[in-house]
Amino acid sequence: MGAERAAVQEVQIETEVAKAPPSPARELWHHFSENKGAVAGLAVVVLLVLLAVFAPLIAPYAPSAQFREVILNPPGWQAGGSWAFPLGTDAVGRDILSRLIYGARYSLMIGGIVITLSLSVGVILGLVAAFARGWVEVMVMRVMDVILAVPSLLMALVIVAILGPGLVNAMIAVAITYIPHFTRLTRASAMSELTKDYVTASKIAGAGRVRLMVKTVLPNCMPPLIVQATLSFSTAVLDAAALGFLGMGAQPPTPEWGTMLAEAREFILRAWWVVTLPGLAILVTVLAINLMGDGLRDALDPRLKRS
Amino acid sequence: MTAVYRSQDAAVAAPLVEARDLKQHYTLKGGLFGEDRTLKAVDGVSFTLGRGETLAVVGESGCGKSTLARMLTLIEAPTSGDLLFEGRPAQDAMRDDPKATRGFVQMIFQNPYGSLNPRQNVASILAEPLVINTRMSGDERRRRVREMLAKVGLRPEHDVRYPHMFSGGQRQRIAVARALMLEPRVVIADEPVSALDISVQAQVINLLLDLQDEFGLAYVFISHDLSVVRHLARRLMVMYLGRVVEEGEGGVVFEDPAHPYTRALMAATPAVDPSARKERATVRGELPSPLNPPPGCPFHRRCRYARPDCKDRVPELRTVRGRKVACHYAENLEGEGAGTLRVAATA
Repeated sequence: MGAERAAVQEVQIETEVAKAPPSPARELWHHFSENKGAVAGLAVVVLLVLLAVFAPLIAPYAPSAQFREVILNPPGWQAGGSWAFPLGTDAVGRDILSRLIYGARYSLMIGGIVITLSLSVGVILGLVAAFARGWVEVMVMRVMDVILAVPSLLMALVIVAILGPGLVNAMIAVAITYIPHFTRLTRASAMSELTKDYVTASKIAGAGRVRLMVKTVLPNCMPPLIVQATLSFSTAVLDAAALGFLGMGAQPPTPEWGTMLAEAREFILRAWWVVTLPGLAILVTVLAINLMGDGLRDALDPRLKRS
Repeated sequence: MTAVYRSQDAAVAAPLVEARDLKQHYTLKGGLFGEDRTLKAVDGVSFTLGRGETLAVVGESGCGKSTLARMLTLIEAPTSGDLLFEGRPAQDAMRDDPKATRGFVQMIFQNPYGSLNPRQNVASILAEPLVINTRMSGDERRRRVREMLAKVGLRPEHDVRYPHMFSGGQRQRIAVARALMLEPRVVIADEPVSALDISVQAQVINLLLDLQDEFGLAYVFISHDLSVVRHLARRLMVMYLGRVVEEGEGGVVFEDPAHPYTRALMAATPAVDPSARKERATVRGELPSPLNPPPGCPFHRRCRYARPDCKDRVPELRTVRGRKVACHYAENLEGEGAGTLRVAATA
């Protein structure tokens, strides 16, 4: 009886062990959390996302509400400032803090849409190039080389000039300039995966091209793509801000950070806060995302794993 | 068991697999000024394989073993020659009924660290052939996967694990299970144990032998390790530079190798028992490039028995002492060194 119970217990323990393999996500978090900078970056990004999502609840005023009597009011802690407008007001009396909070929405949306666009197009082109070889590959890769040869901001400016200024066109333009990075990465890792035996095994099992591309090869190409996507997110925010600053991106009165900078240009000497604060917002966002991306790369790169 | 592949009644008498003068030539582009060159990876290989038989293909790296495997699994079409599955041209069968033909021949790879997709768990790796080639329901597939895991000596509940959680031997068991999911008649095993530890090698080979009995499998067992081959092959085919140099019953060839190359291979196998160690019939030089094979007998530059006319005439396969051999002087190699080799082979 006792022996029987022991045996039952043993079986239970063994099945428990069998059912709890460390999930890949948990393993990733374990490596990611060792990097303090990355965790800090992640925290700032989470904060930004929360700010963006709950902007109407958090921001003290509407982003376009004007208070004509307090034009260019300095931040609350400075002489002459008022805590009614903690970060001061701009040249037409709008609350800068509210505009920055709403601006986070635009920046995150720009980053997200640009990355989604360029990642999906780039991955498809890269997979096609790696699988097709021959003249298809040559054509795709040479077009990518041409796009890469032009400085990205210049390229984006040209595309916006053709499509016309505006936030949507600016995002399309920035997305196009990022496609080559994703195409190259995807093609390179897909080609190295294609030589491996598990791909041959799938072929013998009868997998068609689409199945090979999407189910067999693509998941194994993801780690470098995830890293590249995270790092491109920050440059997308930066490029969109630059386009806004040049008047080619979001148009006033949109509280986009780059556009805010452009509007405040003439007050650089008189009212430092109008220029500095949107700049700082961009800086902090980009820095946080980059830190997070670096941590993600270290966590995903098997060569750096210590376990 | 129910074989997915059904042959026409007329073809039942035909051997399971028959290869007739298979050739695989690759053309290498010579660039702007160079001429195109032909690489004869496999140059005229013929054999037959019956039900439940094991054919071992032996040779050093670069002799065309793996290219042969790729042709047999229909990943590559041969440049010329015929490959018949139960008397029916394999390429036609693949075109007419790909699902059934895939269920006829499957493959086990050399390196279990590269042959399993690291991003799929065992259940989806094993289910993939079923998803593509059958109309089984998800539950049915899950049941079959678990049954197969048990058959290859793994725990069925480990199907949720990923390949990196298994040892090399366990991974190779998973690879064996995948090859058997479609219940094939023929399994091509390309050096299935050479990446494993010796102790694990024995386990995997025994597993392969057990599965052969259970399912009536025919193996084409590609290897460079004669001690492994001796253990499981009824028939032996020795390849050199894309050509067959000796082919016959395993016992006959091991007892009395007729081709100088086979003799050298046997002599190169290490023996544990010191009394069984023999004078090494070493092979001089390197394997010549298949891009530029020597004229005449491809082995003459490295052969210790070579005579002047060996470099002029290409030897054909002919029957000598109960096996086929491609050597002009297979009957009278006796003389220096041959006696010791004979003793060693029987030991």
